[in-house]
Amino acid sequence: MLKTRVIPCLDVNKGRVVKGVNFVDLVDAGDPVEQARVYDAAGADELCFLDITASHEDRETIFDVVARTAEQCFMPLTVGGGVRTTDDIRKLLLAGADKVSINTAAVKNPAFVREASEKFGAQCIVVAVDSKRVEDVDSKSGHEIFTHGGRNPTGIETISWCERMADYGAGEILLTSMDRDGTKGGFDLDLTRAVADAVPIPVIASGGVGTLDHLVAGVTEGHASAVLAASIFHFGTYSIGEAKAYMQDHGAPVRLD
Amino acid sequence: MTLAIVDYGSGNLRSVAKACERVVAEAGRRDLVSVTADPEAVARADRVILPGVGAFADCRSGLEALDGMIEALIEFAITRGGPFLGICVGMQLMAREGHEFGHHPGFDWIAGDVTALQPDDPALKIPHMGWNTLRVTGAAHPVFAGIEDGQHAYFVHSYQFTTDDPGHTLLQAGYGGPVTAAVGRDNLVGTQFHPEKSQALGLRLLGNFLGWTP
Repeated sequence: MLKTRVIPCLDVNKGRVVKGVNFVDLVDAGDPVEQARVYDAAGADELCFLDITASHEDRETIFDVVARTAEQCFMPLTVGGGVRTTDDIRKLLLAGADKVSINTAAVKNPAFVREASEKFGAQCIVVAVDSKRVEDVDSKSGHEIFTHGGRNPTGIETISWCERMADYGAGEILLTSMDRDGTKGGFDLDLTRAVADAVPIPVIASGGVGTLDHLVAGVTEGHASAVLAASIFHFGTYSIGEAKAYMQDHGAPVRLD
Repeated sequence: MTLAIVDYGSGNLRSVAKACERVVAEAGRRDLVSVTADPEAVARADRVILPGVGAFADCRSGLEALDGMIEALIEFAITRGGPFLGICVGMQLMAREGHEFGHHPGFDWIAGDVTALQPDDPALKIPHMGWNTLRVTGAAHPVFAGIEDGQHAYFVHSYQFTTDDPGHTLLQAGYGGPVTAAVGRDNLVGTQFHPEKSQALGLRLLGNFLGWTP
């Protein structure tokens, strides 16, 4: 059977890991490639790099990071952050990324998702959706999508947006609850389930994981196809192995070989 | 020995090349891994891998855009009978026809067609994406030596190759019904999953392919 994917995410700034695994045996803990190797060896099912480099000049660094990672890690790699043009996508794929995640650029120009999907295939186009609960919104979910790391409201209702993105050829939705992100209070399960049940494509739950039960609930109650987490892995609260063993025992089958 | 990986702009090219280079180095082999768009180099190679992601017709037209490439693949795989591995859409292209965005001709090397996945459970997502367990359905095959029932490989696809002869389907996965995971006959093999993304299992398979003498 198809297993739930466990995806650690690394924030990368100017080619360096901003927050990452705190392992003493790493020669260079700030090197994303070293961190990627740790996760690869630990049995992560995919890896995600979020490039948070602000300045355009420094953005080239991510291509080198991706290329060096792809030389050593033979697992699926998603790269997001600042993906704006089909040329950005082509360069990331050629460097060795398997998928790219598109966020702000999709909101600015939804047709970009369609163009990217037609050009490179739905399998490599992930649309990242940052969602926040809002007051007084007459909508299906009471959720609105935000851009620029959750700073800018868009007035777009979350579920209909995800449906539209699936329709435009997204291969996957990376859904982050901005309300939960960083709280360690668990995924927004109602939101996750509402989106996962609405779209025909896989949904990755993200934002708020603090315990292993949260990972399980993302799958069993949130109906997510994959779970993404950063902090619990980075700070060594739990290892990938512990997370997967726990999920396996609690109704969310994962790959253990 | 030269291993030619056909370069026609497919996105997973680099990953395939890097995985093969790793396998060559770890096995202490001396194979030359070359990523090439040159039909002559493909026709002359000792082994050929055809990667492929995206849509069937796009991959087909990507190959057609390289003057003489399809003829070179036929020369290598059919006339010379050289060991050939197709990955994902590279595997699907061995079919008679692909039914993605219209009907498009494949190479017609292994009888069968490529059609949309239609899981019997509507809750199952398309693409079929992630790690799924393999089941050995065909006869023992040197390229899949060491791969056992229940081991996982990484899939991402929405269409699958159904072979006319069930004996040409060597591995299956399950996703609301059987999904073809690997096909083969004689000197031809193909995997729907991505060995270059399937960690240890994938590297083992690529190593087997490098040592295969059909």
